[in-house]
Amino acid sequence: MADTLSTAPTAKDYASDQEVRWCPGCGDYAILKQVQTVLADLAIPRENVVFISGIGCSSRFPYYMGTYGLHGIHGRAPAIATGLAITRPELHIWIVTGDGDGLSIGGNHFLHILRRNLDVTILLFNNEVYGLTKGQISPTSRPGQRTPSTPWGSFEYPFNPAALAFAAGATFVARTLDRDQPHLRMILHRAALHRGAAFVEIYQNCPVFNDGAFAIYTDKETKPDNALFVEHGKPLRFGSGEQKVLVLDGTAPRVAALTDELPANVWVHDETDRGKAALLVQLSEALGPAFPRPFGVLYADPSRPTYGELLAERRQRLAQETVPDLARLLHGRNFWTIP
Amino acid sequence: MNRQRRVVPDVVIVFAGDSGEGMQVTGMQFAHASAMRGNDIATFPNYPAEIRAPQGTLAGVSSFQLRFGSFDVLTPGDECDVLVAMNAAALKTHLHLLKPGGILIANEPGFDRRSLRLAGYSEEQNPLTDGSLSGYQLIVLNISQLVSAALADTGFSVREKERMKNMFVLGLLAWLFDRPLEALEQLVTTKFAARNPEIAAANLRLLRAGYNFGETSELFAVRYEIPQAQLPPGTYRSISGNEALVLGFVTAAQKAGLKLFYAGYPITPASEVLHQMSTLLPYDVYPFQAEDEIAALCAAIGAAFGGHLGVTATSGPGFSLMSEALGLAVMLELPVVVCDIQRAGPATGMPTKPEQADLLQALYGRHGEAPLPVLAAATPADCFHTAYEAARIAVHYMTPVVVLSDAFLANGTDLWRIPELDTLPPIVPPWASDRYKHNGSFAPYERDERGVRPWAVPGMRGFEHRIGGLEKEHITGNVSYDPANHERMVSLRAAKIEHIAHELPPQTITCGEPSGELALVSWGSSYGAVLSAVQECRRQGLSVSHIHLRYLNPLPRNLGDVLRGFRRILVPELNSGHLTQVLRARYLVDARPYSKIQGRPLSVSELVEYIQRELHHG
Repeated sequence: MADTLSTAPTAKDYASDQEVRWCPGCGDYAILKQVQTVLADLAIPRENVVFISGIGCSSRFPYYMGTYGLHGIHGRAPAIATGLAITRPELHIWIVTGDGDGLSIGGNHFLHILRRNLDVTILLFNNEVYGLTKGQISPTSRPGQRTPSTPWGSFEYPFNPAALAFAAGATFVARTLDRDQPHLRMILHRAALHRGAAFVEIYQNCPVFNDGAFAIYTDKETKPDNALFVEHGKPLRFGSGEQKVLVLDGTAPRVAALTDELPANVWVHDETDRGKAALLVQLSEALGPAFPRPFGVLYADPSRPTYGELLAERRQRLAQETVPDLARLLHGRNFWTIP
Repeated sequence: MNRQRRVVPDVVIVFAGDSGEGMQVTGMQFAHASAMRGNDIATFPNYPAEIRAPQGTLAGVSSFQLRFGSFDVLTPGDECDVLVAMNAAALKTHLHLLKPGGILIANEPGFDRRSLRLAGYSEEQNPLTDGSLSGYQLIVLNISQLVSAALADTGFSVREKERMKNMFVLGLLAWLFDRPLEALEQLVTTKFAARNPEIAAANLRLLRAGYNFGETSELFAVRYEIPQAQLPPGTYRSISGNEALVLGFVTAAQKAGLKLFYAGYPITPASEVLHQMSTLLPYDVYPFQAEDEIAALCAAIGAAFGGHLGVTATSGPGFSLMSEALGLAVMLELPVVVCDIQRAGPATGMPTKPEQADLLQALYGRHGEAPLPVLAAATPADCFHTAYEAARIAVHYMTPVVVLSDAFLANGTDLWRIPELDTLPPIVPPWASDRYKHNGSFAPYERDERGVRPWAVPGMRGFEHRIGGLEKEHITGNVSYDPANHERMVSLRAAKIEHIAHELPPQTITCGEPSGELALVSWGSSYGAVLSAVQECRRQGLSVSHIHLRYLNPLPRNLGDVLRGFRRILVPELNSGHLTQVLRARYLVDARPYSKIQGRPLSVSELVEYIQRELHHG
């Protein structure tokens, strides 16, 4: 491993010397590679990067990074990251979590770190199943999913992580897939540059316990009609030959044929539009299978100040008002001396 | 009128009224003024958990017990010389504390038919008139009317005036016990002026009206004088346990050159720590109100990973939530301090009442082999030194440390001799250096001669490393499932904590001979009551000594020898015998518990009686 990053770094400079131990064919490998690539692209000094995780397959991630890292306890990565981000705002802090770790046991911390808009990047590897504990349902598992804990098929309603993050006040919400590496890389790049809490949901295939869960978004035949790749400023087009478009009738989305609509009627993606983002994050979930699942940066609000910025402002103001004097602090307002 | 002046060594006053009637404020102001007058003080605030419990009911009574004297005042006292009862419920709940012949000041409007009924007095029975209080110096005042008259030319409503009547009481008692009026005026001004100058002026007026009422009315034939305590030279202030904790941590972080990250989740009786920390941003304090106690400790761990001192304070329910993260901190070996301001449990228990029943949880309440240092504060002022010491140990030994305080110490007030900053022991973080590198790569779990690992923090180039909750290989810190390595790491972590005992002062005898018939062993807030009881018994010629422990883990290295110097060992605790179990298991001594689990501190008299019985019938 290169000792300095004075020459242009490569992805390898961000890898640790530990053997990567995910199952063969696990989507995590692709994510690891793209994260390392993006860090190299951005040439962020290794010593200023910290990966924090909870428990689960995804949470082994920090061990494979040549940066600083902390493998915490189940669900608590956002809480651990919060203490670090508040005191060390200059660091590049990444949280790696999964659908069980981040949305079940750690659901509370997940909501609050987004609400506070701490300057962190959250990668949620969503494989819709518990992998490390051998295949039970997770909060994103679909109705009907048969697992050891739901041998009769689950009847629980799943979370939509992107919608949840959006509702919790995330200032950056994106969705991507392990199998689409250029898209994954582009989204990770954008997330890394976002100022504030950036949430990235990554559909990640678990070849052992939930193989093919996202195949309809990656297989050639099914992908065009089911996956919608959004880009800021561009019309929402999908389907074979991008012949389908989304149209907004008031606040009601509708699928139409490109040829049937005037170009002016087609929904153009504006990632800063909070109202449209509210529709977009829950497009296929709330409106049914006729609607495609959107991928890309669904929402980004660069204007909201981060927790760190607000805290720094407050600290600066107080520093102007109060000159710290520890001895005076100990004395308080009322003291007296006995000779 | 030429009044008699009587000199007394100490006085105990209990202010009792409806919660929301300002009894806590009155008591605190009186305590401050007494401390400034040169007396030693001890206080015991006792209030319901409800912010405004039903008015006039027994459950709604809030009281503040204050003792001030011309000697080393160790406890707020078992009984009182003066009881101020603002209503019938306050009288009913606190009369048992008043000494025979003591002064009872009753606010007449608080004894109307409704109040009497709410307090559970039977129809037509009024204790103020039925002669049942003839054993006391009963002084019945219509304080509401006096206050109303004093504020007649102001625009305050009846309701507002009612809320200020505590100031009249404060003034009256200030006169009776010769407290400096100027000091009180200053305290009242600082308390109210920022909020509302009109209210400040009204409060000052009532304070003086009360004082003058004492002077001009002929209610009191005697005025009392309490000489100054003989205190070592120094600068003093009064301080509560929670305030002292805050100052202890801030001072420790500053001495160590570290930022102080404080995370807290609101919980009685620890919230004041969060409030105070939140005012100290200019002192490199980073306060954070977390979403729950799990997050509070996890955030503190994250900050410690970043190179700062991480601190959190909570009470039993929150401490339970922190168990898993405490285990993580043990595994990571990072400096964090967790304060458990104990209250009566289990579950929600009695949130405002003291208890010491979290000791075994602090010592053992984690899965796996997870030893960590546990310290307990003895007095409100001692909370400063305990916090400082806990922070010092956490940083020096790269370990989580638990500080035990309780509701009695947290809110109680003490006289504190402010330490000179340069007399406090230095705190030197064990920063990583090239010494811990092998073939260019950093070894985060290589230990120094004390068993302590180095502290490398993000931003240090060339020291990038990963730590986590999985068992680690000795030296490299890489994940390891090797059986021998696990056993070795468990023993290395334990040895590090035991090593702390080598640098701690040996256990001393707090009071009495180093050997003999009976020793009382105490920890935490029982200190004052146990010491007072031992002193009293020794004055009676009984052979009894007192041993007070600050360090509950690791225990002082000579403690076994010290205990074996006594034929019998009694351990008074506000629990079912936690320390007793520890001492028996560790030293095979016949320690026996004296348990009290009532949400109330130990009283001196109960301990004196117990010691007498033990020694006469032993």
